[in-house]
Amino acid sequence: MLITCPYCGPRDVIEFTYQGDANRERPNPASQNLDAWNAYVYDRLNPAGDHNEFWQHSGGCRSHLKVVRNTLTHEISSVAFARGDHASTSRRKAEGKS
Amino acid sequence: MAEYSAFSLLANALKGNKDWKPAWRKPDPKASYDVIIIGGGGHGLATAYYLAKEHGITNVAVLEKGWLGSGNVGRNTTAVRSNYLLPANTRFYEHSMKLWENLSHDLNYNVMFSQRGCLNLAHTPAQFDDYARRGNAMRHLGVDAELMTPAEIKRLIPALDVSDAARFPVLGGLMQRRAGTARHDAVAWGYARGADRRGVDIVENCEVTGFLRDGDRITGVTTSRGDIRAKKVAVAVAGSTGRVMQLAGVETMPIESHVLQAFVTESLKPFIDTVVTFGMGHFYMSQSDKGGLVYGGDIDGYNSYAQRGNLPVVDEVMSEMLALFPGLARVRMLRSWGGVCDMSMDGSPIITTGPLPGMYLNCGWCYGGFKATPASGWCFAWTIAKDQPHEFNAPFTLDRFHRGLVIDDKGQGANPRLH
Ligand SMILES: Cc1cc2nc3c(=O)[nH]c(=O)nc-3n(C[C@H](O)[C@H](O)[C@H](O)COP(=O)(O)OP(=O)(O)OC[C@H]3O[C@@H](n4cnc5c(N)ncnc54)[C@H](O)[C@@H]3O)c2cc1C
Ligand SMILES: [Zn+2]
Repeated sequence: MLITCPYCGPRDVIEFTYQGDANRERPNPASQNLDAWNAYVYDRLNPAGDHNEFWQHSGGCRSHLKVVRNTLTHEISSVAFARGDHASTSRRKAEGKS
Repeated sequence: MAEYSAFSLLANALKGNKDWKPAWRKPDPKASYDVIIIGGGGHGLATAYYLAKEHGITNVAVLEKGWLGSGNVGRNTTAVRSNYLLPANTRFYEHSMKLWENLSHDLNYNVMFSQRGCLNLAHTPAQFDDYARRGNAMRHLGVDAELMTPAEIKRLIPALDVSDAARFPVLGGLMQRRAGTARHDAVAWGYARGADRRGVDIVENCEVTGFLRDGDRITGVTTSRGDIRAKKVAVAVAGSTGRVMQLAGVETMPIESHVLQAFVTESLKPFIDTVVTFGMGHFYMSQSDKGGLVYGGDIDGYNSYAQRGNLPVVDEVMSEMLALFPGLARVRMLRSWGGVCDMSMDGSPIITTGPLPGMYLNCGWCYGGFKATPASGWCFAWTIAKDQPHEFNAPFTLDRFHRGLVIDDKGQGANPRLH
């Protein structure tokens, strides 16, 4: 499995650390809504197909990434920085390099 | 259906083994049943068997989308043990162990249950203390456990280097002698034959594609072989739990599906006659009755329904094997494969009524559910028959997460890939 880091380009999955499901939305830290906190901690979509997930390029530039990966085929359809402007999805793509 | 006995084996051997009958029928599904069980894995088949045997409920169908045993029951590394820390787990898995000890006799089917022991190696003082604590917890509940010294371990596993010169010196270990292995396919086949013989329909190549409903209530299933109604619908689909529950409109579950790989080497002469686990990483190994070393390690570590693994974990498992047994470096690997595990948020299973009326749910086996097969079926059958749990599965509810009653043996938190 290869993941195309927006900074570093395509790299082997061993350079990355899986950081879990990116579908979950963390409640506002001040929130006292127990159901929302429980859902955030324990409930998962677990789809068979495209899945939003966080990975860190821990063995490379150390960026935190948001990846869309197919859980049946391992095909990766998008990689973006976890925070910030999604327009920067892939610098290489923007520069026409990929 | 043939009973197996010394006489029937001999008589059939003399006739060239040509007269054996199929072990279960291949019925077409009926229009309705008292109970439908989705999933013809070990747990679904055991549930059907105990529903018939213990509760006299025989108008039952087991629906399997592939062939019997094509899921995890035929893909696991066959280790059976009850060496848990928390009382809920210890009681449940020890109940399973007791059923294992009589299973071949009960089923009249040789499941080749072999109590060759399971030894967890400790490589740090903290780990050794932790094993002592777990062993004490087990013995409190009447389960056998003993601490072993390096010298005793050396006698048990001569190939293991227990000297200070080893890459990861062995400080001792926790042994459960009654643990061991069983022939996983035979477990599925034995339960299938036992259930079939009591009237249960086992319907293969029948995929459940949706649920029939009356308001909120589940009243049957739609399948690739037509609609089938039932008073009670039980789900026991292991790694497919997320998908099947979505068919019922349950969008989220405290489950993630992950791939676990397993490996087997070419046949060797007797090398190791126990199950051994490596405490410095995640590696475990036993030797099959055919001579192959059967071993595995961690899950691949990200959500997957692929039923095949990726190379980094192959590499990792091989390195751990060689760290423990450098002498195996030139042994050839024969096969590797993957299975999809339903990893729960606390590493413990769910066996419960609901979550919808008319539905019963059995899931969250992580990568340790083979050993649970007898107790899982036994407790699930009880729950379906009586509409309430037995005391052995009462703690394994679906709402325990939201109620703060998690059963987290490893203390890893809500992080399925670490359980
Ligand atoms: C590589 C590997 C090694 C393992 N090693 C061990 C071990 O050493 N010890 C241990 O205790 N456990 C081990 N496990 C875990 C254990 O195998 C499982 O927890 C256990 O077998 C799960 O229960 P089951 O047998 O009923 O599941 P399965 O055999 O997977 O049964 C579920 C069935 O449901 C069927 N199904 C799914 N969806 C549908 C549908 N829509 N319609 C109809 N049917 C459907 C599937 O085809 C499948 O046959 C291991 C697992 C793996 C993958
Ligand atoms: Zn990078």
